Amino acid sequence: MTNPNIPLATTGSVSLITPPPSTDAKATAAAAAPKMSAKGLDFYYDKFHALKNVSLDIAEKKVTALIGPSGCGKSTLLRIFNRIYSIYPKLEAKGQVLLDGENILDPKYPLNRLRSKVGMVFQKPVPFPMSIYDNVAYAIRHYEKLSKADMDARVEEALRQGALWDEVKSKLNGSALGLSGGQQQRLCIARAVALKPEVILLDEPTSALDPIATGKIEQLVEELKERYTIAIVTHNMQQASRVSDYTAFMYLGELIEFGDTTTIFENPTKKMTEDYITGRYG
Amino acid sequence: MSEHIVKSFDDELSQLNAAIARMGESAQFQFAATMSALRMRDVEAAARVIRDDIDVDALERDIESRAIRVLALRQPIARDLREVISTLRVVVELERICDFSANICKRVIALNTHSPEQWLVEIGELGELAKKQLADVVTAFGERNQEKAITVWACDEQIDDTYTGISRRLIDYMKTDPHNVAIGTHLMFIAKNVERIGDHVTNIAESIYYLVTGNVLDAPRPKGDKTSLDQVEANN
Repeated sequence: MTNPNIPLATTGSVSLITPPPSTDAKATAAAAAPKMSAKGLDFYYDKFHALKNVSLDIAEKKVTALIGPSGCGKSTLLRIFNRIYSIYPKLEAKGQVLLDGENILDPKYPLNRLRSKVGMVFQKPVPFPMSIYDNVAYAIRHYEKLSKADMDARVEEALRQGALWDEVKSKLNGSALGLSGGQQQRLCIARAVALKPEVILLDEPTSALDPIATGKIEQLVEELKERYTIAIVTHNMQQASRVSDYTAFMYLGELIEFGDTTTIFENPTKKMTEDYITGRYG
Repeated sequence: MSEHIVKSFDDELSQLNAAIARMGESAQFQFAATMSALRMRDVEAAARVIRDDIDVDALERDIESRAIRVLALRQPIARDLREVISTLRVVVELERICDFSANICKRVIALNTHSPEQWLVEIGELGELAKKQLADVVTAFGERNQEKAITVWACDEQIDDTYTGISRRLIDYMKTDPHNVAIGTHLMFIAKNVERIGDHVTNIAESIYYLVTGNVLDAPRPKGDKTSLDQVEANN
């Protein structure tokens, strides 16, 4: 016997269930304003079509994770966000990538301005073969002329934001190459934030680090998102679920599913997403 | 679902499934044996149910430790996570159902041959409803079938309505003669335990719905047990 007052889901009523949050691949991170937006983005490595009509919002002062198997286009997408691909020949992006509403793919958009607004940290820490201090000061000198006192303050601020200051303050003139892998990566993050960017792109920033160093970077990401918009590419599902607010799952150059991280990892809409994150597919 | 790339993960989930299926069979067996012992006034059969409850408790602990191991070593997410979480929830519900069965059996032993036929028939009918609900929910869990789970969920009201009727008539029965109070109280608790088993079956149905859909059944539960709302008459 059923209660006539209670609609049954078997009859097709949806009032019985909590509606799931939207996870449509074309959906936007509506809860937060987008800092960057890819719109109908295609990318070609010569004849290879690496990104196919990707539209995606990167929400301001949030962390957006890009996940997917190797070759899915996630790192390609990240590299378009600061046009780093443009140093290589035969690479072509079509569509739009908006930063605060301006299309950064427009050749008229100054590359210097883009690089100062959008910083990037790579998988392998790449400190310059110079002192810790100069690693941070190097890029600042490229953009600004500061007095010694002002530069000292900027370097300290950047190293503090990189959660490295306390470990290196007594050896700022020592070689950056003498730091551990985890410290080198935090130095690279400090170097990126020294330019006071608005967006930080992290391309598998912890894949070469041990769990302690990884934990420090993840904690740092959590702190940095109060000031910066962050996009991170990671192969580590747990890392994506720990650090990000939004997650985009990509496969073979297409954006398969995009949504808030909790939904993607608890109850994704697409079977392909679920198969990938649960280790059934790769 | 398709298989995991790491086969041993599938093996662990399969073993967990097999164990919870055994737990479901045990709960059905224990409850059926309980209702039979009550109906037949069979104190030896009731004692067996109480004794076997120890095995059910051991099975519950085994399932819980397996599930915790999967959580710790595999860090499941999405559907895999819901599988393990639902298993942890359902095993507790099944164990409680077995506890209620054992409790009823203690009262069967206390009542011995003194249970009036009329009440054994009435509570027996209530037990049949609960037995069917339990069997249906165990099937729904085995099949991961949310539609069957919703049907079970919605049918709990019938158990509640039947219990409410029995409860009110038992009060009248006790009012007619103070000598009926001891027997009537045991029978009241027995009926209430059967009704509570229905509630735990409903909990399992909700877990199945969550497991399959990832969503929560958030409509108000069908509630037919209104005995707690009956007002006590003064001087009576």
